Amino acid sequence: MCLGIPGEIVALVPDRADLAMVEIAGVRRAVNIGLLGGPAGGVGVGDWVLVHVGFAMSKIDEAEAAATLALLRGLGEAYTDELNALAGSDIT
Amino acid sequence: MRFVEEYRDANRARALAEQIAALCEPGRQYKFMEVCGGHTHTIYKHGLLDHLPESVTLVHGPGCPVCVIPMGRVDDAIAIARQPDVIMTSFGDMMRVPGGSGSFLDAKAAGADIRMVYSPLDALKIARQNPDRRVVFMGIGFETTAPSTAMTVLRAAAEGVRNFSVFCNHVTILPAIKAILDSPDLRLDGFLGPGHVSTVIGCRPYGFIARDYHRPVVVSGFEPLDVLQSVHMLLTQLAQGRCEVENQYTRVVPWNGNPRALEAINRTMELRPYFEWRGLGFISHSALRLREEYAAFDAERIFQIPGVRVADPKACQCGEVLKGVLKPWECKVFGTACTPETPIGTCMVSSEGACAAYYNFGRFTRRRTEEVTRA
Repeated sequence: MCLGIPGEIVALVPDRADLAMVEIAGVRRAVNIGLLGGPAGGVGVGDWVLVHVGFAMSKIDEAEAAATLALLRGLGEAYTDELNALAGSDIT
Repeated sequence: MRFVEEYRDANRARALAEQIAALCEPGRQYKFMEVCGGHTHTIYKHGLLDHLPESVTLVHGPGCPVCVIPMGRVDDAIAIARQPDVIMTSFGDMMRVPGGSGSFLDAKAAGADIRMVYSPLDALKIARQNPDRRVVFMGIGFETTAPSTAMTVLRAAAEGVRNFSVFCNHVTILPAIKAILDSPDLRLDGFLGPGHVSTVIGCRPYGFIARDYHRPVVVSGFEPLDVLQSVHMLLTQLAQGRCEVENQYTRVVPWNGNPRALEAINRTMELRPYFEWRGLGFISHSALRLREEYAAFDAERIFQIPGVRVADPKACQCGEVLKGVLKPWECKVFGTACTPETPIGTCMVSSEGACAAYYNFGRFTRRRTEEVTRA
């Protein structure tokens, strides 16, 4: 829950300015981008964001995303639990 | 993983460790608190204590939101969940946290409809799909998750979803740090500031620690080298006689935080006069509740809340662990009666709890083992 998981934006959602499709560890899910600044959250396809419980909380660069993912993988069960929860999530 | 080495380079770690040792004044002891459970995890997982001189001690702080929820609040939530038409929704982390009479998992086994969700927006969706049920979201967490709850309440209001409410247990980190600074139990020399909370609140709010308590604060990332570099920055400040707030985690944390997230919190929530923290007791203005304007979404106004107060089990010393007075292995039941499989205390439940982190990763490192033997 406290874990921010990095994800890559793979598509914006037409008609829903507050949502983007984000790929997180192979799972593609809608994420709310309403907390990022600017139009369409100031983000576009190919950008990396740190996702907390369904909300992109900050934009990060690819190096940070890779490092954070490696760290999360090291968590083992806590991380897989979080990914399973994410896989079951549908916030559209 | 071409990027990761940058934050894990053993040579850089060794070089930093040498610089850290050189910064320590001979004969002086340094005690720094890592506020966030994520840092505790990194410290044990990567054996960082072995890179630090004997004179530098890292003390775990209260920054694990699951760990600081008092047992009575779990009982209150279960009382709501037991109402006939209620669906209680919660993050997975909360499911095994013991209340005075069992956990969410126990209540679920006994027939309550309690569902695990990834996001408060999932809970809102369940409410939309079940118009004849009352769906309650168990809101927990520091400023990292409070904006998500706030945004979900705003969305529920905008959509006019009438059967959704929040049992708000969101807490704010600064009053807890202040309570620890005011406590006579522990003398600290500085703080590793929480990384992800700071993406929301920024670095400015820590100013009082430097200004009023004359302790340095370094907001730190979660990689092993981040933590070592942050310790180095704290020691440098002390060596130069400075007490400031510095940001080591600039690649993620903006100095002013996330204004939109703060705005969402402020619009929907206000500080409670006081809130009970596990182990720390009642702390003034340390938690959030929904504002009057959003009363229709406030489970505390919709349901009869028993307001249970339960003393922690006598054997459990989570309070001392959360305040940094005890190390996990110094607790009487650590690793014997209390394990991640059958936790007595909250610090053993959450993967970010100091006890679980130490149990899973720290137990077998050489230096710690020696300390356990000595103790």
